[in-house]
Amino acid sequence: MTDRVGSGFHAAHWDEPLIDEIPGDGGRGLLPPRVDDAIAGAVGDVAAALPEGVRRAKPPALPQLPQHRVLRHFLRLSQMAMGFDVTVDMMGTCTMKYSPKVHEYVARLPGFADVHPLQDPETLQGTLEILYRFNRMMCEIAGMDAFTFQPASGAQGIYTNACLIRAYHASRGEDGKRDEIITTAFSHPADAATPAVAGFKVITLMPGEMGFAEVDALKAAVSERTAGLMLTNPEDTGQYNPNIRAFVDIVHEAGGLCAYDQANGNPLLGVVRAGDTGFDMCQFNLHKTFSAPHGALGLGCAAVGVKEHLERFLPRPIVTYDGERYGLDHEPGEGIEKIRAFLGNVHAVLKAYAWVRSLGAEGLRAVAETAVLNNNYMLHNIRQIEGTTIPWPKNTYPKLEQVRYSWEPLYEETGVASHDVLNRMVDFGVQHYMESHVPMLVPQPFTLEPGESLTIAEMDHVLDALRRIAEEARDTPEHVTAAPHSAAIRPIDGDVPEDPDCWAFTSRAYRRKRGNWANVKRGLGGHGGGYS
Amino acid sequence: MGDGFTHPYVPNAAPEPRRKLLDAIGVGDVTELYAAIPEALRVKGLLDLPPALPGEQDLRRHLEEIVARNQPCTGSWLNFCGAGCAQHYVPAIVDEIVHRGEFLTAYGGGTYSDHGKNQALFEFQSLIGELVGMEVVSTPVYDAGAATGSAVTMACRITGRRGVLVPQTMSADRRLQLQGFAKPFATIETVARDPATGLIDLADLRAKASAETAAVVIESPGYLGLIETEAQAIADIAHEAGAMLIVGVDPISLGVLAAPADCGADLVVGDLQPLGIHMYAGGGNGGFIASRDEARFVAEYPSIMFSIAPAVEGGGFGFAWSTMERTSYDTRHDATDYAGTTQWVWGIGVAVYLSLMGPEGMAELGRGIMQRACYAAERIAGLPGVAVPHLGQPFFKEFVVDFSGTGKTVAAVNAALLEAEIHGGKDLSGEFPELGQSALYCVTELHGAAEIERLVSALGEAVR
Repeated sequence: MTDRVGSGFHAAHWDEPLIDEIPGDGGRGLLPPRVDDAIAGAVGDVAAALPEGVRRAKPPALPQLPQHRVLRHFLRLSQMAMGFDVTVDMMGTCTMKYSPKVHEYVARLPGFADVHPLQDPETLQGTLEILYRFNRMMCEIAGMDAFTFQPASGAQGIYTNACLIRAYHASRGEDGKRDEIITTAFSHPADAATPAVAGFKVITLMPGEMGFAEVDALKAAVSERTAGLMLTNPEDTGQYNPNIRAFVDIVHEAGGLCAYDQANGNPLLGVVRAGDTGFDMCQFNLHKTFSAPHGALGLGCAAVGVKEHLERFLPRPIVTYDGERYGLDHEPGEGIEKIRAFLGNVHAVLKAYAWVRSLGAEGLRAVAETAVLNNNYMLHNIRQIEGTTIPWPKNTYPKLEQVRYSWEPLYEETGVASHDVLNRMVDFGVQHYMESHVPMLVPQPFTLEPGESLTIAEMDHVLDALRRIAEEARDTPEHVTAAPHSAAIRPIDGDVPEDPDCWAFTSRAYRRKRGNWANVKRGLGGHGGGYS
Repeated sequence: MGDGFTHPYVPNAAPEPRRKLLDAIGVGDVTELYAAIPEALRVKGLLDLPPALPGEQDLRRHLEEIVARNQPCTGSWLNFCGAGCAQHYVPAIVDEIVHRGEFLTAYGGGTYSDHGKNQALFEFQSLIGELVGMEVVSTPVYDAGAATGSAVTMACRITGRRGVLVPQTMSADRRLQLQGFAKPFATIETVARDPATGLIDLADLRAKASAETAAVVIESPGYLGLIETEAQAIADIAHEAGAMLIVGVDPISLGVLAAPADCGADLVVGDLQPLGIHMYAGGGNGGFIASRDEARFVAEYPSIMFSIAPAVEGGGFGFAWSTMERTSYDTRHDATDYAGTTQWVWGIGVAVYLSLMGPEGMAELGRGIMQRACYAAERIAGLPGVAVPHLGQPFFKEFVVDFSGTGKTVAAVNAALLEAEIHGGKDLSGEFPELGQSALYCVTELHGAAEIERLVSALGEAVR
């Protein structure tokens, strides 16, 4: 088989058992510190005196392994994961980029890692200074007047935007009246989901023939019920809606607020600002755009920015600076209750601050332009791969940071689906791609966002893999549909995770239910993918 | 950026590759690629940002200077503040694993590309499941407050009701977080605290639990450290009303405290930070949600969840994102909760921590924390004018210290402690005025007899 893989890649294949099934002979991984005699002598065994029913009858069934075996287990698992540090990852909408190691070094220092959020602010001056300084820098980058870094992810940041809109209308006695949020079909799902969670009805504008929502559709959607507009631009297709200013004006005229989800903001750094475009608020992902590591799906952080008229609604506490000392203002705000515990993921803020300091204004612009240039290089080459199409041919604007492509011609010709290609990608030693968020309005979609970090050779490697997979789809389609062949594991049964009699979310459920697995039909299912 | 820009993070911004790429796509200047953006909206010139520090050495020095302005809870300093973020020992191997680039810089990979990450997260789910006695555990959520909010709204959907009863002793921050999140779906009401025991007032709970009640929320140990010894009675009251019992736990207590599943819990929530994650001024927080393995529960989880699944041929197993139609990724505007990036790498750290500790480690650790906290509380209660209310009630790790009898404010006491290089307990006087000049103290395995002696002695000076 390996002669067909092409790159000579094979993932580590450790066949590592579940940790609770590794024989350990009652080993100990770590010994808690001894309790001093003075303490034990004075109070005795306090836990043993707990009332029955409160006291644990037998210890939890955790692994019993010697220390090195725990280390070895998790190191082996790490070798079966494709982080950006080890390979190319172009998953669309994720803005994968290099997360500088010097940031990790500084964030791990005890001076940053081992501080308590409720310490006296006099002893927290360093963390507060980072938060304050980066707040000012983000205001310049976004054209806003104030930021909060409390939300711990893009989705939580967008949710915060929805809460800001709710608080604003409530402050004007219009909370019952203005109950509709307008978004677009190719904005991130969170732009539709989080306003719904905040209690709004959501209207989704479908794309027109250019691939983005049209002004007339928005005009028809606004009314005295309009609370606001929440969208990405460029959308998850990489297409920028040039009518964005008209969108903002129409919603403002209707009495709504406008929130700019900058999850796709990488191509706009130093190029376009949410504030200049007329938006009342925005949010950026500091993981993604500002280089904080994605953390296997978190440690994220959203920078949520507002114009002056919304500052009073921001979640507390607010970092203050009197010219000498930094402080925390805990006075209740007028709108949003707490979004996330304490100050948020401040380590992500430190890393984002460091990244902007390293690059400066010229560097940010270089990041944006290079991300766009790299993307158009990918587009130029993928266009020439037989079996692909680029949706919305009428839209001849260059794409910005990503493209939503389609394998529809390949699928029609060979029966090989985008999902099969995705699984086969792994055999070439690169992270698979993102197909599309749901609903998949583009048939057989795939979405690539190369970002600014990669070299030309790295992009060429992905292009080569896509070309070869398209060839394989014609020559040996079963080889593609049976992929992956060189990954850490072979194909799994995709029906088990969907069947209530079979799914197992913990090893205790697995032990109870695996006997049922023989009873379900075995299908490959669609489980190679993930997205965010 | 003119002809080019040389920086290690942006290789293709340099003149040569930039020209090569432009030539390849047949474009003369990068600005042509921004044709979709109206001229009027574009930034003119460069942003006004501080000067760049492109050299790594300069950047590192700058960052280290700022970080040095913090006074961490390490070295000669002691910390006795918890209140939702606690200082525990972080094993070296946890730090080693959570900083592995393969995990730290992974993101949305799938069954095959990120198998090892998926297994680590499945093991996180499994090990939390062992602690709390439940078969279903979500991937990490943002923090305990977010977990409580999601669990409350899950219970509202499952029961078709909107009444939610929470303890009066819930922290103000968590109550605000919960209220803000749940208000479209739930009406939150407080259950009184029994002044004699500091625990939930069962009579008040009985009076308030009704056919409108979706969930009763308790925390054990509670925010003020006390263990709800009548959890089963609370569960019975909730269940008689047709409501669910949501139990918030401190997972590091579960080597010695009964699994909440054994006390009638329907949903269990908690924070991950105590289990081997550095505090990061609160950036170390992360949460979890757990329940029994019933389809009606699983259908309401908002988060991504890993199920194990067999290989199609030849034995072995893998992991897949299960039943994604539950989540806002699939439901968009029909969502009842939202999914997204959360705190997964901390979940991996927790899996490492619990694997290292093992059953005996968690039992010994829990016993030791109870002994240290009890010893510290008794010593502090011996200071003139200082009281530790409910000292006779079982508590875990945290306890209230009332300075009212000393004539000193908590603020004054804490200022004096700072002089002795001690971060004192959280001032409760604003949050719970009825407790007078009280502070919440947190004692963990980091505190031995010597550290507690230093605290008691500094407190003695402060209240004199």
